[in-house]
Amino acid sequence: MRRRLAPYLLVLPGGLWLAIFFVLPMVVMLSFSLMQGDVVNGFQLTWHWQNYTDSLSAYDDQLIRSLVYGLLATAACVLLAYPAAYWIAFRGGSRKSTYLFLMLLPFFVSFVLRTFSWKFLLADDGIVLGPLKNAGLLPQDFHVLATGFAVVAGLTYNYLPFMVLPIYVALERVDPRLIEAAQDLYAGRAQAFLRVVLPLSVPGVFAGVLMTFVPVSADYVNATVLGGTNNTMIGNVIQNLYLVNNDYPQAAALSFALMAILLIGIFAYARALGTEDVLEVAAR
Amino acid sequence: MTELRETEAATAAKVAAIELRGVVKSFQSHGETVTAVRGVDLTIAEGEFFSLLGPSGCGKTTTMRMIAGFDEPTEGQIILHGGDVVGVPPNRRDVNMVFQSYALFPHMSVFENVAFGLRRKNTPKDEVTRRVGEMLEIVDLAGREKRRPRELSGGQQQRVALARALVNRPRALLLDEPLGALDLKLRQAMQVELKRIQREVGITFVYVTHDQGEALTMSDRIAVMNEGVIEQLGPPRQVYERPATAFVAGFIGTSNVLSGTVARADGDTAVIEPGPGERILIPGAAAEAGGTVELTVRPEKIAIGLHPPDGEACALRGTVTEVVYLGTFTNYTVRTSTGAEVVVFVQNASSADDVAASGDTVWLSWEPRHSYAIGA
Repeated sequence: MRRRLAPYLLVLPGGLWLAIFFVLPMVVMLSFSLMQGDVVNGFQLTWHWQNYTDSLSAYDDQLIRSLVYGLLATAACVLLAYPAAYWIAFRGGSRKSTYLFLMLLPFFVSFVLRTFSWKFLLADDGIVLGPLKNAGLLPQDFHVLATGFAVVAGLTYNYLPFMVLPIYVALERVDPRLIEAAQDLYAGRAQAFLRVVLPLSVPGVFAGVLMTFVPVSADYVNATVLGGTNNTMIGNVIQNLYLVNNDYPQAAALSFALMAILLIGIFAYARALGTEDVLEVAAR
Repeated sequence: MTELRETEAATAAKVAAIELRGVVKSFQSHGETVTAVRGVDLTIAEGEFFSLLGPSGCGKTTTMRMIAGFDEPTEGQIILHGGDVVGVPPNRRDVNMVFQSYALFPHMSVFENVAFGLRRKNTPKDEVTRRVGEMLEIVDLAGREKRRPRELSGGQQQRVALARALVNRPRALLLDEPLGALDLKLRQAMQVELKRIQREVGITFVYVTHDQGEALTMSDRIAVMNEGVIEQLGPPRQVYERPATAFVAGFIGTSNVLSGTVARADGDTAVIEPGPGERILIPGAAAEAGGTVELTVRPEKIAIGLHPPDGEACALRGTVTEVVYLGTFTNYTVRTSTGAEVVVFVQNASSADDVAASGDTVWLSWEPRHSYAIGA
């Protein structure tokens, strides 16, 4: 009897924690998204589905911008992280863990502080642009801050380790003898990479994309610090609706809409990339 | 590959499949230079089953990796079918390798694994299908094309690895301890199987192993390696019966190494007389009276008895220290009058009791032609 209960007892603390601090707030938020009213007079649950259509039509620009920035930053992360992870996994030798630690080092500094340091670096008369402008290499009115580029760059920088780690883990597991076997079977370096290493690291890229795209799309710190009025993301909108306008129903509706869009996107992505079909194609 | 074919056409018709000339390989390890292979010369004939045999760290795998192109020699030449291939990358060498752990591509089916090399050479699709099918037939894996490597048993994976290399019809096949991961029964079955496949395809096999039984069973010739050099090179029977060095004698099979002072030389036969009634005759030992000679005798060549042997046989007195019954054989360890321990295998032909028990004084005897001087 006790043996059969043991697994449930083990899952109980974590399960309770999630029930109280995740499921319960979710239910509360979901009910908020269907309420009407204001802070002063209180909110009533009226099953007001219009919160969704209203908020989506009001902030569709920001929503689309968030998804575009999310895709751009995720793509930039893949392009930067893959070579780095590859190099650490196959060329890192005995210093692999040191290199990984260096990759993670920025994480020891607060997220907001890191983002502010980028603001300092990219300021119109900062240490990068200032000298370039003085030297006449850039026009005086050139700026990076308050552009979409600055936001995407900040997002890429902040989430890069989330991409490096899973890709590294996948590459680390690739037996170097498989590469030798491919070379022995007439594959050049490029073919050996494309036919063997890349397909075997797809699960790592898959995990990395999940771990970056979702938080990046919902991020509001980078847009706040590095973006201007034309670069606000959906996270900024939700934050404003909650904390400034106190419009909890609209904010909650927008949060759930974003969650639904991300989930649909991820399931579509998982179907396309997460199955073995992709690997079969790569094998040809 | 084309360069190789051309050079081959230009040279004489009878060209060695693989030739190594003065090959040396040194590695840098923790700031020290480690020489894994110190001057290896080899000629492997077309269609030969050639084994590189030796303990781990003897340089056999490094030698094979240099033939495959994964390592480049520090010095010397590697000639494949008449062309020097030093500096040619593995994908442009017309040899294929069967890896120790098989190194099958886990994300590909059996068919795709086997088709990998053909596809890299842009073989037409229907030819790929046909040749992969034929090869899977040869290794007895027809009908398993769609399986993933992890869904196969060890023996089946081994055969996929073999098919994946052989389907390319390489000029030579390199096998790096290919049976090491299999259990004894399967290993023995695969030894026979490998030999059959080799006869069927007629390709030169270079086989790396530390298992002397494997090498003796399958090879046309064996090179016994130790500490980066070839100690002996010859057909299995010669390597087994006439070990050239004490290392070879000890490494191949169980061997008794005896030594003594030559009492007299009868023509080219050296005679050692350790005690009264005892004599060891060593034909072909170019030793003079008074010199020291080292010889080996295989355990199964020695007879054990309670009385001194008659006639011209070698005779040695000793005390039995251990008797181990092994079913087909009984294994005796005898401490001889010279102080050396000698192992004797006696076939249990009759169901009679053991010839001797531990502590008994016995006489060992063998025909003089079974004693071999080491280094003669």
